[in-house]
Amino acid sequence: MKCRVCRGPAVIDVRRHNANFCREHFIKLCRDQVAKAISEFDMLQPDDRVLIAVSGGKDSLALCDILDHLGYQVEGFYISLGIGDYSQESRGYVERFAEQRDLPLIVDDLPIDYGFDIPHGSKAARRAPCSACGLSKRHLFDKAARKGGYDVVATGHNLDDEAAVLMGNTLHWHTEYLGRQAPVLPAHDGFPKKVKPLVRLTERDTAAYCLLRDIDYMVEECPMAEGNRHLLYKSALNDIEVSSPGAKHSFYFGFLQRAAQRFAEAADEEMPAIRACSQCEAPCSSDLCAFCRLVDRATAPVPIRMMQSPSATKAKT
Amino acid sequence: MIVKMRNPNREVEIDRSMAVGDLLTALDLNREAHLVIVDGELVPRDMVLARDSVVEIRPVISGGSL
Repeated sequence: MKCRVCRGPAVIDVRRHNANFCREHFIKLCRDQVAKAISEFDMLQPDDRVLIAVSGGKDSLALCDILDHLGYQVEGFYISLGIGDYSQESRGYVERFAEQRDLPLIVDDLPIDYGFDIPHGSKAARRAPCSACGLSKRHLFDKAARKGGYDVVATGHNLDDEAAVLMGNTLHWHTEYLGRQAPVLPAHDGFPKKVKPLVRLTERDTAAYCLLRDIDYMVEECPMAEGNRHLLYKSALNDIEVSSPGAKHSFYFGFLQRAAQRFAEAADEEMPAIRACSQCEAPCSSDLCAFCRLVDRATAPVPIRMMQSPSATKAKT
Repeated sequence: MIVKMRNPNREVEIDRSMAVGDLLTALDLNREAHLVIVDGELVPRDMVLARDSVVEIRPVISGGSL
């Protein structure tokens, strides 16, 4: 295999571009694709202060590296979710990366700051772990952005993430969600602007980028994600991609170009009025925001009958 | 060759040399969802892996909250 650009030995094939690349030109391809997404969707201005949501995984660390290389002022924000060894290890990856690259890093700790962790809190609140996790992350990213006066929050969502979400929303015709699925969410009503600069890169691209840039990332999967529907959609899309290179790109970018606007108008009409949460003052659509409701349920005292062993409960009945 | 896979961690032994692309096919692994690494270096799909190679196949798909 030879590099399409320099004809030197290639290290990776990128079938949706019908091309192979050497290390140097693959790294350049990834950076160029991110720069193109930023420009195409008007994601960032040169003097923006950008808060990057970092997890220790390949996507968020690649995003930090690429945005830093492109000259943006970036800072990292990590949330320790209390998922046992997984959270401890992922925090280690983030802290080592930040130290090596002088990346300013803010750390929030869910168990210490809010009194619950995702495994127990999601159970107590009767939510799926990924749902409680996503809700917590969105709330805390928004809060950190408001508090620190950042212009934009950037996340490491890639083409596989976006295509999988699109597939799920389409299969179930969640038209409201389809109307809000975009690589840029403008700031509104106290919510910060949010951007996804990696939408033109696949997970394979970001993993290869990290490997070629010597970025040590957390390969292990979150133990709470097992059975997650997005993994199923990603697997199905990759099966299609093997037979039809470029299918994921066409699916997602075709949606953005030809269909998204049709759903966006309806979603705008259905947008509820925004007010301040009575407890934390975050913008929300009800008296109490979803995160405060989650905290209340996750930290509520366990009723005595639930603390009894199953056999004791059975004996009573 | 010894092939180390992750998520979950497991190991298989293959008693012959083989090209990277053929190895993925033989193990029924999707080429869009995995990288093949030898001695910490990414290797292309047409590279022939020697019988005594130690190979890591790294999945690239991650799930969780979005």
